[in-house]
Amino acid sequence: MASFELAQQLQARFADVLTGPVEFRGEATIKLADAARISEVCAFAKDSLSYDLLLDITSIDNYGEDPRWTVVYELYGTGHGCHLRLKTHVSEERSELPTVTCVWRGADWHEREIYDMMGIRFVGHSDLRRILMWDGYPYFPLRKDFPLAGKPTDLPDVAFTKPAPLEGGPFVTAAGGKDSIAREPRVRTPEQ
Amino acid sequence: MQTSTDYGYNSKIEGDVVVTRVDAAINWCRKQSLWPMPMGLACCAIELMAAGASKFDISRFGSEVMRFSPRQSDVMIVAGTVTYKMALAVRRIYDQMPEPKWVIAMGACASTGGMYRSYAVLQGVDSIIPVDVYVAGCPPRPEALLDALIKLQNKVQQEPVLAA
Repeated sequence: MASFELAQQLQARFADVLTGPVEFRGEATIKLADAARISEVCAFAKDSLSYDLLLDITSIDNYGEDPRWTVVYELYGTGHGCHLRLKTHVSEERSELPTVTCVWRGADWHEREIYDMMGIRFVGHSDLRRILMWDGYPYFPLRKDFPLAGKPTDLPDVAFTKPAPLEGGPFVTAAGGKDSIAREPRVRTPEQ
Repeated sequence: MQTSTDYGYNSKIEGDVVVTRVDAAINWCRKQSLWPMPMGLACCAIELMAAGASKFDISRFGSEVMRFSPRQSDVMIVAGTVTYKMALAVRRIYDQMPEPKWVIAMGACASTGGMYRSYAVLQGVDSIIPVDVYVAGCPPRPEALLDALIKLQNKVQQEPVLAA
């Protein structure tokens, strides 16, 4: 499998910080131990392994665990057609890692969205503003400890928010349930 | 021998005179040309476009002139999800419309927030502007919007103009 071989080449180049690759259903995933080196690893993947397209950057909130954040990079090479997934962890105390906008300019809005929704900062980003919510909104709404209904805010002449009524709700999923009845979205109070 | 009953105005009997109230005459003019401000914010706007197109033809009710300028419009049709980021902009456009003005909240989102019980969505546009007619549906059919327009016309017809 070509994508697996490319991932092995990347891992061999940065053997001190990269582990893997792990293959699952034809997709290769590499974990980066030191988030501070993400731009260096990405630059090599682009320049030497022809991963010329950054499909997406996503972030995961592992609430209650340490490190709290996982940032996932989805790479693709339009020449060889191979995918690669890069994962790295960021602790809640740091909550920042280097930008990859210097590697792929398309990372600009992805990183702004992660900053807006999760509050993870990207050091070196030239324009790290909120992208969906407005400037001055005080919270990061996709964090696990942010209530589904939202919180009241008021920024005069810009925007306001109020908590949404959740009668009978929130209809939330619960991870790790034994059967689908326990897992699928149902009325659960947040404490459960 | 008279074989049918004449309803309404008969010039042979009544001459060239129409008797009415000023309120009724002004409201009759107003209700037949309610120019909409299409506040299209989500998928309901597609149904709003369908209501304006030939099959449903909102011009049968005098509302075909979609004004993208609030200063030339009479009724704001809020068609879609109003986010908090958009809310004050909707309010501002409403404020720019000249009196008299009316509002139709089209669809579940504009009426109540719809399925979006969320930090980002205003839970009903009636918390920032007064709504005259609510239309159920997600999205409502164009017929439902036409029904709402007729209901609004009936409301306009009954409004006092001079007494106020």
